[in-house]
Amino acid sequence: MSGTFEPILLARVGKPDSATLASYQADGGYSALKKALELPPEEVIEIVRLSGLRGRGGAGFPCGMKWSFLPKNQTGPVYLCVNGDESEPGTFNNRILLEEDPHQVLEGIIIASYATRATTAYFYLRYEYGRSYRTLEKAIAELYAAGLLGKNILGKDYSLDIHLHRGAGAYICGEETGLIESLEGKRAWPRIKPPFPAIEGAFRRPTVINNVETLACVTQILNRGAEWFHTIGVPKDPNNQRDFGSYGPKLYCVSGHVNKPGLFELPLGVTARNLIDNYAGGVWHGRKVKAIIPGGLSMGFMTEKELDTPLDFAGPGKVGCLGLGTAAVIVIDDQTSMVDVLYNACRFFAHESCGQCTPCREGTAWSAKILERIRAGHGKSSDIDLLLEIAASIGTIPGTTICGLADGAAWPIKTALTKFRAEFEDYIASGRKSEAALVASH
Amino acid sequence: MSELSDASREKIIAYCDKYPNKQAVTLPALHIVQHERRCVSAKAMEEIAEILDLAPSQIHDTASFYGFFRDENRPLGKKRVWVCRSLPCMLRGGEKLLAELAEKWNLHPGETTADGEVTLEIAECLGACDGAPCILIEDELHERVSADDVDKLARGDA
Repeated sequence: MSGTFEPILLARVGKPDSATLASYQADGGYSALKKALELPPEEVIEIVRLSGLRGRGGAGFPCGMKWSFLPKNQTGPVYLCVNGDESEPGTFNNRILLEEDPHQVLEGIIIASYATRATTAYFYLRYEYGRSYRTLEKAIAELYAAGLLGKNILGKDYSLDIHLHRGAGAYICGEETGLIESLEGKRAWPRIKPPFPAIEGAFRRPTVINNVETLACVTQILNRGAEWFHTIGVPKDPNNQRDFGSYGPKLYCVSGHVNKPGLFELPLGVTARNLIDNYAGGVWHGRKVKAIIPGGLSMGFMTEKELDTPLDFAGPGKVGCLGLGTAAVIVIDDQTSMVDVLYNACRFFAHESCGQCTPCREGTAWSAKILERIRAGHGKSSDIDLLLEIAASIGTIPGTTICGLADGAAWPIKTALTKFRAEFEDYIASGRKSEAALVASH
Repeated sequence: MSELSDASREKIIAYCDKYPNKQAVTLPALHIVQHERRCVSAKAMEEIAEILDLAPSQIHDTASFYGFFRDENRPLGKKRVWVCRSLPCMLRGGEKLLAELAEKWNLHPGETTADGEVTLEIAECLGACDGAPCILIEDELHERVSADDVDKLARGDA
C-alpha cells in the first residue's frame, strides 16, 4: 500500500525558491496567521486542542493542553521557545523543514505566540544547522520588512519579535529545561520539575517550548481546521483513558541500511515494514532486517518480527520500546553486529550525558566501557546482567535522574540485551574482537 | 591590549537588547569571539564577562560545558571538520571515514594538522542521516562523502 497520501507539511519541499516569502505567499502562505489574528487567543488554543496535535519532538505531549497550562490573567512577559536543537540520532525532519520551507514554521511560531500571548519568541537552533540558520535569518528579515513581524502585525494590536539563538553542540539542550538554561547563558543542566516551564521557564517567566515540526502542524491546522487534522492517523483507544490518540501527518525519517534513505510524510500509524519496503526502497544489497530503531536512538530496538507494529504514539511501547520518539527509523541489516550497534548507542549517551545526576553520568560511562571491553574480546558472561542492572537503575522511570536522557540511554541496552541476548552471549563466549573500525574517542 | 576586536565588542553589545538579561548573551559572545580568534582565551573570557556584568568564572563555567569552545592552548585550525560517528552514519561508513581522515592528516580527532590548516573533530548526529556518511566544514553540511572528497573540500583551495 504505497503512496496515496498527499504530503502537506512537505508539499513545498523541493520547489524552486521554496524558502522565500514571495513563493510562500504565492502558495497561500500567512493566510493561517490572518485567520488566527481574527480570533481571540483562547479560541486558537481550542482549535489546536481539538485537533489532537501532540508534540513532535519526542515526548508526544498534547500541544493545546501544554499551552493551556500558562497562568491566566497574569501580567508581564510570556516566552515562546522554539526547540530547534534536533539532535536525536536518526532525526533530520526539522532541518529539512527549516532549509526548505522556513515560513511554514515561522507562521506557526507567530500563531503559537499569539495564542499564548508571548511577545518574544526565542528560536533555539543547534549550531550544526548552519544552512537553516542562514535561511531563517533571511526569512525573519523578510517578515519584518513585510510587517508580519515586529510592531502591530498585519495592522493588529499584536506585536512579536523572534530572536535566533544558536546552540553549541550539546544533545542535552533538546531537553526543555536544558534548553532554557542554555538560552540563559548557563551550562545546559536540566531543571528539577516542578515548576514546569509553563509556570516558571525562561528568565523565570511562564514559557512554552515547542518543536519545529509541531509548529509547522499548527500552521496547517489553522489553514485546514482541527477536524481535518483529527481525521488523519489513529484515534485514541476508548478503553485507555491515558491514550491521547495519534492524529495528523508525521514526518518519518528513514536512515541506515535501506536503498533510499529519506524523509516521508505519512499519516501516523504506518508500520515500519511498510515504510521500509514501500517508501525507503527496501533493505540494501538484498539483505534482511535484523533490527530497527523506531524513533531515534533512545527508543531502543525492534526485531524483524516486530516490523508490523504501527508507528503511532502507542505502538513501539507495546513491543518494549520507550515510545515513538521522533519517528526516526534507523534500519540495521542482518550482517551487522548488535554488539557494535549497542556500543555506538552507549558511547553516544556517555558523551552526551550532562553530568549533573550521578546515576546517568556514571551509568552511561560504565555501560560504554563495558561494551568497549566486550568488543575488545575481554567480555565476561556476567557483563550482560551487569548492563541490564545499570539500565534498570538509571532514568526518570526508576526515579534516579532529573531528566529523561538516562531513560534514553537505558532503552537501547534493555531491548538489545533481551531481544538479542544469544548474540551477545555468543560474542562474549567466542572472545572475538570487533572488526569494525575502532577510533580512539577523546 | 584588548583581546576582543572593536567589531566583536560591538556585535556582543548589539545582542544585549534581545534578552531580558545580559547573561543570556554568553553563548552568542563565545561564538563571536571563537569565530574571530579560533579560540576563546582566558583573557577573552574576562573581557566578555566585563561587557556582560558577570564574573569571568561564569563565562568559563558555560564555555567549558560545551565541548565546542577551545581555549588558547588548543586553538582551531583554519577549517574545522566535523565527522559524524552516530549510528546512522556508522552504519554507512562514518567511523571508517573518521579513521581514514585521521590517517590521511596524521592526527587524532580533536587535533589540528601541523600546518594549522584543518582541525578534525568527532561529531555526534549532524541531522543528515539520509546523506550518511556526512560531515560539516565549519557549519556547512556535506553529505555522502569519501575521505578524498573531504580532503579536497577542506584542503583543496587552502
